[in-house]
Amino acid sequence: MSFPLLTATAVLPAVGAIATAAVPAARRTAAKWLALLVSLATLALAVTVLVRFDPDGARYQLTESRSWIAEFGVRYELGVDGIGVALIALTALLIPFIVLAGWHDADPLETKSSRWRPTQGFFALILAVEAMVIISFAATDVFLFYIFFEAMLIPMYFLIGGFGDRAHSGTDENASAQRSYAAVKFLLYNLVGGLIMLAAVIGLYVVAGNFSLQEITEARANGTLEMATSTERWLFLGFFFAFAVKAPLWPLHTWLPNAMGESTAPVAVLITAVVDKVGTFAMLRFCLGLFPEASKWATPVILVLALISIVYGALLAVGQRDIKRLVAYASISHFGFIILGIFAMTSQGQSGATLYMVNHGLSTAALMLVAGFLISRRGSRLIADYGGVQKVAPVLAGTFLIGGLATLSLPGLAPFVSEFLVLVGAFARYPVVGIIATIGIVLAALYTLVLYQRTMTGPVKPEVSAMPDLRARELLVVAPLIALLIGLGVYPKPLTDLVNPAVKHTMSDVQQKDPKPDVEAAK
Amino acid sequence: MSASAVHSLWTMASAAAPGDAIDKIDTPTIEYAQLSPTLIVIGAAVLGILIEAFVPRKTRYYAQVFVAVVALTAAFAAVVGLAANGYGTTKAHIAAMGAIAVDGPALFLQGTILLAGLVAIFTFAERRLDPVAHGNRVDSFAAQAGSVPGSEGEQAATKAGFTTTEVFPLALFAVGGMLVFPSANDLLTLFIALEVFSLPLYLLCALARRKRLMSQEAAVKYFLLGSFSSAFLLFGIALLYGYAGSVSYGTIAKVIDGSVQEINPALADTMGNDALLLIGAAMIVMGLLFKVGAVPFHMWTPDVYEGAPTPVTGFMAAATKVAAFGALLRLLYVVLPGLRWDWRPVMWGVVILTMLAGAIVAITQTDIKRLLAYSSIAHAGFILAGVIAMTPDGISSVLFYLAAYSFVTIGAFAVVTLVRDAGGEATHLSKWAGLGRRSPLVAAVFAVFLLAFAGIPLTSGFSGKFAVFKAAAEGGAGALVVVGVLSSAIAAFFYIRVIVLMFFSEPKADGPTVAVPSPLTMTAIGVGVAVTLVLGVAPQYFLDLANQAGVFVR
Repeated sequence: MSFPLLTATAVLPAVGAIATAAVPAARRTAAKWLALLVSLATLALAVTVLVRFDPDGARYQLTESRSWIAEFGVRYELGVDGIGVALIALTALLIPFIVLAGWHDADPLETKSSRWRPTQGFFALILAVEAMVIISFAATDVFLFYIFFEAMLIPMYFLIGGFGDRAHSGTDENASAQRSYAAVKFLLYNLVGGLIMLAAVIGLYVVAGNFSLQEITEARANGTLEMATSTERWLFLGFFFAFAVKAPLWPLHTWLPNAMGESTAPVAVLITAVVDKVGTFAMLRFCLGLFPEASKWATPVILVLALISIVYGALLAVGQRDIKRLVAYASISHFGFIILGIFAMTSQGQSGATLYMVNHGLSTAALMLVAGFLISRRGSRLIADYGGVQKVAPVLAGTFLIGGLATLSLPGLAPFVSEFLVLVGAFARYPVVGIIATIGIVLAALYTLVLYQRTMTGPVKPEVSAMPDLRARELLVVAPLIALLIGLGVYPKPLTDLVNPAVKHTMSDVQQKDPKPDVEAAK
Repeated sequence: MSASAVHSLWTMASAAAPGDAIDKIDTPTIEYAQLSPTLIVIGAAVLGILIEAFVPRKTRYYAQVFVAVVALTAAFAAVVGLAANGYGTTKAHIAAMGAIAVDGPALFLQGTILLAGLVAIFTFAERRLDPVAHGNRVDSFAAQAGSVPGSEGEQAATKAGFTTTEVFPLALFAVGGMLVFPSANDLLTLFIALEVFSLPLYLLCALARRKRLMSQEAAVKYFLLGSFSSAFLLFGIALLYGYAGSVSYGTIAKVIDGSVQEINPALADTMGNDALLLIGAAMIVMGLLFKVGAVPFHMWTPDVYEGAPTPVTGFMAAATKVAAFGALLRLLYVVLPGLRWDWRPVMWGVVILTMLAGAIVAITQTDIKRLLAYSSIAHAGFILAGVIAMTPDGISSVLFYLAAYSFVTIGAFAVVTLVRDAGGEATHLSKWAGLGRRSPLVAAVFAVFLLAFAGIPLTSGFSGKFAVFKAAAEGGAGALVVVGVLSSAIAAFFYIRVIVLMFFSEPKADGPTVAVPSPLTMTAIGVGVAVTLVLGVAPQYFLDLANQAGVFVR
């Protein structure tokens, strides 16, 4: 067997997490550098995965298969298709920026006890999440996927609850209570979703007798595995529920604004740009792959929920007074688009959804991290506390603007391509849905531009007047992200080439063909 | 029974026993080697009593700990030896004139009980946690059980440095009874085993060094309710004997099947009477459900868990549960499978109630020991879901769950003994606030145990839960799985709440301190963590073991 590249990509950050946690209390800076180096090495491995992957080759590549828990029919099976590769690359790419952006977020306020080591813990947890997310993207065994899908909640929970936003943290009891409320809400929502999925996972085992995605998909395709319609629907609902909580889809979204608002900006990016992608990714891979009939059955309802997410998320974003909650609601709107693309059941829609996952990761990371820098300077999350920042800190304001424009899908920036594809894909099959979804774009322009206007333009507020511009470390975080946003916006071909063959396979899983463009009807 | 019937019974009895019958009684054949685990433990317990009588007070503690550890290790080695010789699989049979079954489940459970007992003995022997009293290191047990709490006698005993080293032989007797309980193959052996392990436990519960009145109250409650359940069990046995004319598991099962028709003339009036069977079986099952701590027979659990000395609580919560579930499994799978359509609906109700009630009531608890008690009730529900699957997978999944659960439990209670303030253990939840800041390691270890209780993947709790739920689903109890999953979600809430408290709350100024334990408690906790993680990440070997062991001899 060749070198287990995927395992290495996941194990490296896991080992890095343990090593980081073990760094002595006084060597705080060493822990940070270690975490950064590990995340960069992981990125190198992820790039190797990207290079070694042949988009036109077999559906699942770099596969690994080992016996794990034979008693449950569970195998340690890894393999990636184009979608998985793209998301692993996104994850590995974002983590170094998250580490760098959070460089000072976990410095202890005062040295309380020599044994309390928040900094080491913070970076170790980020790396642990990275390892689990990568395994989730690579797992082709349902049980293996489930284990890490659930287990990643724990480090995430400690990241949210243990390391609050400095804008509110300190000795303020209320802030600490809000933070643990957010953490518990995050955990309970996702845990309930996950446990309901557990029932469905067990049900799947009773029906299919194993957990291998490929075997079950093949057996279903060639008819050796019959599944009663009602069974398939219940199992689908069990899986979908968990993913819809994770994604998050209206009305299961309410944990996200709390979690993103109370956590530090890098952790908020980790939640929305990385961890939540597991939910949408799993819809594409597991819901459509394992339960094609039920997916088609549920499509109308899911499309309606996705539309509600798009419009409702955007509307609430318009009304937010808190910068981070605004980004959170904007993300809910964007996740609506992704889910819309997946369940439009057209290849443009699904390609668009996959691209959207990557581009949303990049654009949200850019916007949120700059917002984090801004908030850390002023110590407030409220939009009303800012004004005229672009006169004092032009670079900060400029990068914030580009992040915002990417969020509203300005042509020329990467998210435009994906949003356009999703809308085209949706319109081809469900014109009305496509039209309603367009409202989301209009509202996106509203909330980002109003956010920019209120914070960056106008007269300089006295509290803002001494605000320093972006530092070298911060520029190092933002510049590559913006370069990528522009690069993929102008030339998205590498990404589409990577994703398209995988989407074809998914489309054949659900036995769907793209509707022919109907010229007559258009006239 | 009328007077004439009684008369005829006597005459028949005398007619059946002619004068030379005394010669025909065979000497019982006892397979000593196969019973060696039990014999070693009981023998060591007797030795422990002799030590109490003859060894000088100062060296008793060391002698007792030594004997207990050696005996449990040797007994475990004997179990491993028996299993290696195939007594768990191919050579499984019924020993000691039909009284004891030597088979896979029996050996697996005996091994689990012995290991759990060994780890628990380590926590019993811990002497570094309490502050040194009058120049003597003391453990969690009363200086002199007989002294009245708060009296001068108690002070004198404390001053003299007395310790209740009797706890070690008591624990050994309890372990001995527990070894027999899941392997008992007739109802009388079952009852005797129950009493052998229950009576020492009642005593142990009363022996706390601190909060002695509460400890004694707990013991009295446990004793009264325990006697009540014993009475149920005994009455059930009598009724079942009346129905089947035998106390042997195999014979009763055959009578229920209808494959044995011959009627014992002495029992002509009662044999085959279904009312006796149903009531008798129900009463026996009730007696066992009491020991398991299933709703609605769970009332004693929180009080006893709270009042008993914490090492004893850990021991009870782990080992008693293993033994009682073992006995319940054997009863339902060997004796009463023919009655499955009668008991399954009832057990469904018990399972649902147990899972939900345990999880819901736990939410309102403010004492860590009571919280763990309710959590143990919820877990009893999960295990019962596997028990009623009535498939071979049901047996092996329950065996696995019990092994996984018992080490987490002992470990968790061992951590509870470490967190102390001036009044002894600080069990009120508010005192645990900010523990993660003050002693990150202890809090992290406890968090691992809590996550295992909650059934988070990569811990033994998840493997176990998955195994029993899978067995239940395959056994046609899909609805139970859904209820189980929902109550897991409820249960997760209060485990998480403790974690929030430990890690995300600010420590209080007058908070408890974390005592530095001796290697004994460290071993207990270390074993708990190791088993939790190994069974979570690589459970295959142990699942195989449980699978091989999952066949009852009949």
